Amino acid sequence: MGVEFIYPEFEVIRNEARCITCRVCERQCANEVHSFSEARGMMISDESKCVNCQRCVSLCPTRALKIVKSDCVLRENANWQNDTIREIYKQASSGGVLLSSMGNPKPLPVYWDKILINASQVTNPPIDPLREPMETRVYLGKKPEKIQRTADGNLNCDLPPQIELSMPVMFSAMSYGSISYNAHASLARAASTLGILYNTGEGGLHEDFYRYGSHTIVQVASGRFGVHEDYLEAGAAIEIKMGQGAKPGIGGHLPGAKIVGDVSRTRMIPEGTDAISPAPHHDIYSIEDLRQLVYSLKEATAYQKPVIVKVAAVHNIAAIASGIARSGADIIAIDGFRGGTGAAPTRIRDNVGIPIELALAAVDQRLRDEGIRNNISLVVGGSIRCASDVVKAIALGADACYIATAAVLALGCHLCRTCHTGKCNWGIATQQPDLVKRLNPDIGSERLINLMTAWRHEIMELMGGMGINSIEALRGNRLMLRGVGLNEKELEILGISHAGE
Amino acid sequence: MMIRANGLDPSVLNDAIRKSTEVCEIEGCCGQRFLAAGMAHKDITIHGIPGNALGAYLNGAKITVLGNAQDAVGDTMNEGKIVIHGNTGDAAGYAMRGGKIYVKGNAGYRAGIHMKAYKDKVPLMVIGGKAGSFLGEYQAGGVIIVLNLEKPQEKCVGFFPCTGMHGGKMFLRSACENVSFPAQVTACPAGAEDLKELRTHLEEYCQLFELDIEAVLSAPFTVVTPDSKNPYRQMYVAN
Repeated sequence: MGVEFIYPEFEVIRNEARCITCRVCERQCANEVHSFSEARGMMISDESKCVNCQRCVSLCPTRALKIVKSDCVLRENANWQNDTIREIYKQASSGGVLLSSMGNPKPLPVYWDKILINASQVTNPPIDPLREPMETRVYLGKKPEKIQRTADGNLNCDLPPQIELSMPVMFSAMSYGSISYNAHASLARAASTLGILYNTGEGGLHEDFYRYGSHTIVQVASGRFGVHEDYLEAGAAIEIKMGQGAKPGIGGHLPGAKIVGDVSRTRMIPEGTDAISPAPHHDIYSIEDLRQLVYSLKEATAYQKPVIVKVAAVHNIAAIASGIARSGADIIAIDGFRGGTGAAPTRIRDNVGIPIELALAAVDQRLRDEGIRNNISLVVGGSIRCASDVVKAIALGADACYIATAAVLALGCHLCRTCHTGKCNWGIATQQPDLVKRLNPDIGSERLINLMTAWRHEIMELMGGMGINSIEALRGNRLMLRGVGLNEKELEILGISHAGE
Repeated sequence: MMIRANGLDPSVLNDAIRKSTEVCEIEGCCGQRFLAAGMAHKDITIHGIPGNALGAYLNGAKITVLGNAQDAVGDTMNEGKIVIHGNTGDAAGYAMRGGKIYVKGNAGYRAGIHMKAYKDKVPLMVIGGKAGSFLGEYQAGGVIIVLNLEKPQEKCVGFFPCTGMHGGKMFLRSACENVSFPAQVTACPAGAEDLKELRTHLEEYCQLFELDIEAVLSAPFTVVTPDSKNPYRQMYVAN
């Protein structure tokens, strides 16, 4: 314990009167916090290893455990906060780049919480979704600008390929490798039952999950892991990943320790080799190059699949989205700076990118101004936390939302933000067989279905309150939104009035 | 079956290839992109110059180009063979995971970038001339060979070969005294075992382009391999 010693972040509080030394906590903790002391005849703990994932707390049969944030901290300093000092110690001893997981935890503004939704009173009656029809189905893909007729005057009903969703929410990209087989199984099954889609991420598609292909988005990223003709054919849509909200401008790096067994085979790289996705696609340096990749994918799949281009929300997102809309892509996915990840450099996760609310409003407006909004559908992600976030996103101009953090929470994630260790005690962000089996896909998929079913009801309630019975009528309907506590510039970018106006 | 490509749109031309006999020829090809994308069970000979992304996601088909090819040949190719009787542009064999690309002449920038391999599926790219900069960048598997047959007195490869290489193998027909490699790879003269391996990789190539394999193998070769499968492990500290 030298100069850099700092008291562990969490304390393990064990109520000795309740503890029956059943050693469940010891067996459940992959971080090896708990152990049984023969000498003292009691459980002891090494809290320096604790990540506060709450696994032991949840499984302790006598509720003898709790994990609390330690109050043994350095002298208070509003500028040099404890986390900042802790990070300096870590870097001073290792020389390493700080690596974190999940979304940006910093107290930056959440615009969803400063936007309020309208409801009908007197002049336009609300609708009761329990008794009246309410449509939450959406179709993603290019829409024709005008009605076209064939030579004999009949309607030409040939549309570019579309994705049908029973509700405007999809599970966003998480690769097999960053999350477990059972997590993927849960997502795939839930998406199929719900009539929505999940996304393979850049890790290929395990052979067991090809049967869920019609509810799968297959991703093509810069490392092209697991990409081949059968994979492209298997999906309902193909997503080109240019960027990710948690780490805009940098690539992916799955450590060799997670490239084992099926993960290695699905990615087509040898076991133990790091899976490196370069920061750029080295064949894409322009919109024209992007167009080339979009069309090579369309050619390889005979123009049957919509192509999604996913980018992180960054400063010039409106101009970038306009370029993407002209690249031949069918759908743009924009990922805000709060999006989660299995691992990202802390500084990038916490400081790069912009909020999805502002990016979405700017992009939707730009595409409308340029008259190309119907050329492309808009999907947004990056911390969509609940049904009202979805409704606000749709009203700001999105066609659908991507969720991932909410989905893994449903699977049992306790947001301890240490996915990068690969020792997820909840069986989600790990490849250790003993941990993976803790997540039962039967229960996992059921919980995802429950969550989405509940959100769908809430979306219908909110729509009904506004007197809207079809999600299509809500899209881009910013009159349904009001800001609260926002300055004029923020309101201008969001394209909404202040509450009371 | 002969397909006349003059003025045809790439998708129309690809459709014609799909509908044609297994063995087919394309005449008058002039810049059409994405030819044979994702195709299997075809043996296609192209007269003229195919456009970018020739044989992207190729899944077993054989393509012979009697001329030069452009950028992104064999992008993410899975299986099959592409033979180019000329030069090829940038980013040939990007993320290739199987099959073979044989180039008679030179290759542009970033050839073989992010090539992969898994068990017996080992992609192979042989370049008869020189390769541009960033050859084998991020190479994660497979074999890249540069022969520099035409002008052996000149540098066989441009700047920054093997940047980020963490798998696979590269053979350069040169002592490589004038080539600088990054720190995380080892470049050494090919030994007897390496030459034996090289011979198996080069037999078909020499047959195709009517070269004397003994003469090709008679010059010194440098073999490049990565030192580690995890070159970046030390860079991070968990936070």
